[in-house]
Amino acid sequence: MEDMVKIYIAGKMYEVPASLTIMNAMEYAGYQHKRGCGCRAGFCGACATIYRIKGETELKFCLACQTKVQENMYIASLPFFPGQKKGYEIEAIKPTETIMMELYPEIYSCIGCNACTKACPQGLNVMQYIAYAQRAEYEKCAEASFDCIACNMCASRCPAQITHSMVSLLARRLNGKYIQPHSDHVDNRVQEIINGEYNQLIETLANKPLEEIKELYNHRDIEK
Amino acid sequence: MANVLTQEMLDSIKKVEASRASRIGVELRRMSAEEKQKVLSDFHPDYKSEGFSVLTVGPNKGEKVPCELADLLQGKSRILGVDIDLDNIAYDVDVLIIGGGGAGASAAIESDNNGAKTMIVTKLRIGDANTMMAEGGIQAADKPNDSPVTHYLDALGGGHYYNKPELLKRLVMEAPEAIQWLNNLGVMFDKEEDGTMYTTHGGGTSRKRMHACADYSGAEIMRVLRDEVINRGIPVVDFTSVIELVLDEDGQCAGAVLQNMETGEQMIARAKTVIIATGGAGRLHYQGFPTSNHYGATADGLVLGYRAGAKLLYADTIQYHPTGVAYPAQMLGALVTEKVRSMGAQLINVDGEAFMNPLETRDVTAASIIRECKQNGKGVPTPLGAAIWLDTPMIEMIHGAGTIEKKLPGMLRMYEKFGIDMRTTPILIYPTLHYQNGGLDVTDESVTNIPNLYVAGEAAGGVHGRNRLMGNSLLDVIVFGRNAGKYASAHSKGVKLGKLTLSHVDKFAKEMADAGVEPKVESPLLLPSYTHGNPKLADKYTWGHTEL
Repeated sequence: MEDMVKIYIAGKMYEVPASLTIMNAMEYAGYQHKRGCGCRAGFCGACATIYRIKGETELKFCLACQTKVQENMYIASLPFFPGQKKGYEIEAIKPTETIMMELYPEIYSCIGCNACTKACPQGLNVMQYIAYAQRAEYEKCAEASFDCIACNMCASRCPAQITHSMVSLLARRLNGKYIQPHSDHVDNRVQEIINGEYNQLIETLANKPLEEIKELYNHRDIEK
Repeated sequence: MANVLTQEMLDSIKKVEASRASRIGVELRRMSAEEKQKVLSDFHPDYKSEGFSVLTVGPNKGEKVPCELADLLQGKSRILGVDIDLDNIAYDVDVLIIGGGGAGASAAIESDNNGAKTMIVTKLRIGDANTMMAEGGIQAADKPNDSPVTHYLDALGGGHYYNKPELLKRLVMEAPEAIQWLNNLGVMFDKEEDGTMYTTHGGGTSRKRMHACADYSGAEIMRVLRDEVINRGIPVVDFTSVIELVLDEDGQCAGAVLQNMETGEQMIARAKTVIIATGGAGRLHYQGFPTSNHYGATADGLVLGYRAGAKLLYADTIQYHPTGVAYPAQMLGALVTEKVRSMGAQLINVDGEAFMNPLETRDVTAASIIRECKQNGKGVPTPLGAAIWLDTPMIEMIHGAGTIEKKLPGMLRMYEKFGIDMRTTPILIYPTLHYQNGGLDVTDESVTNIPNLYVAGEAAGGVHGRNRLMGNSLLDVIVFGRNAGKYASAHSKGVKLGKLTLSHVDKFAKEMADAGVEPKVESPLLLPSYTHGNPKLADKYTWGHTEL
């Protein structure tokens, strides 16, 4: 017989195999997820989960698909959080000193409690990237927040009402569009294609007899 | 570590470590065309006839598709016998997009650019899609030593020469502009200090043209596209599935029947054009394989289209990604990005031998791994079956300490959560169900044989032939998502719709009855069902239930 543990899904007790993730344990218990389940691989932030082990003081934060069940785990799913998302036109805004103040002024109310960082299932230094955003250091904010999956558990803990995932998303878009060095070789190739420089070459290849194409493929030179 | 890995695994790791230094810097031989064909026909799941059944009704009658897909294509409509008022229109738009992944979001942005009234309907949230999970990267021939023509040849050979030329031309010729478009939207690509995109090989590429955003490539692209859709105020009706297409009396596509996933409420959306962007089918677990796919990847779009009369192309060809997680069990089937092999990690058997070049095309690599385990008996034993090592510590030896943390942070984190440090310990992999190579047949303007019905992304077939290369699906969803949005919105301006009808649903049911086909399941499936071996739930699901 498999090792079993008792877990409490939204307060109700179920006995499930100890080897399962929280997500799979809920299915074992009989749920068919409609919310709170997405990629099942730690990339989408759909299965944000808060739990406490009975008798312990500390609340823990995790993704249900990436965390094994434990004995006496009290589990609450957070499939949605009413975060704050501001609209903007990416072509119209610039990575200015004031753009964060205009769109997300609440970041300047951060009290430095670090509850956001403690709640991050990705292990990001959330409070630090908010500090970068406050100082208009968008590149640093973008890099430090890059692995954010927008589960919004940080936001659920924030006494300053910050929606951290939206702040960092803005910083990353500003960084990707305006701050990172420009890729001239991409523009050049796009222009060559617009100029029609490859039209005839590609038609010639596409219209070759199949045997000839196979020869070309099987003997093509492969960059080291 | 010892408490995670078995003694047999630890013994085998010693052999992997012993041979490692001698394997570094050695270019492993590539297989000949004949060798590739042999391993495919002997070991690739596509060649296993018991995994397929022949369709009895519909546009592809007489052709074989995976058994589970056949059951759904010839399933029972969810509206059969339900009274639906087609005059009660809840949403009336120019362009209706079904699916909120990379293709759907790209289509929405371009349709919006064209001034069309656009709406996305998605059964989960916008961004809940395989796009979000694409780790390795996106191809585009934008380096001086590369060209769209070379990209074309790589994809054509990789696809076994079945790619539709008119689609493949568009894929490769519009690739650099797709990168430019994404970068202009604010996608953070990996770049050198002078702005040169950092690019690597993928299986089957002859030039380093894989652009990446660490190993969050798809996630980075998807979250930017999602943000852009929201910024533009394009309506997204989420947690709502499409359960049938609606046609008009002239046989044109004219909208869809929607169903709220939580309340069950059904609603009609009328649209001048419809874009199916519903993605793949990994959650059907063909031949019992685990999958790297998103929870919602249940081939809904193929079912909707097929029942309305749209043709399928290459629906019998499925991609098994060579490197799915084989151990530990909690991550079974999850993707280990091909980028790990691009960066130098080799495939190693139980005796510490590198048995193949790790950058053959995906189908050949997957089939060779299966052969190494099943025929050669050189797999590493795990509680769930034999597996092969992917020698990740090689990456740090080749590119320097810290490379994995910088270039593969998602992978590193996933393994760390289950007690494995992939920087120092090789990881166990086995092929996982990854991608639907085929799909609904479309023209180079992304339209099906049904007027006003468009398809984009994984739900469409043809561009990848019978095997897709790494990095060509992220590219596909952007190029053809955008194109579908452009063409569908432009076309919508001239569309005049007649009276709405669902008669095709009854007609299909009658065809099935006449052919003596009894439906086994309601379709589209919408969501998979798992019980993880709970004996009390044995009777809960009568179809499609998979034990993982």
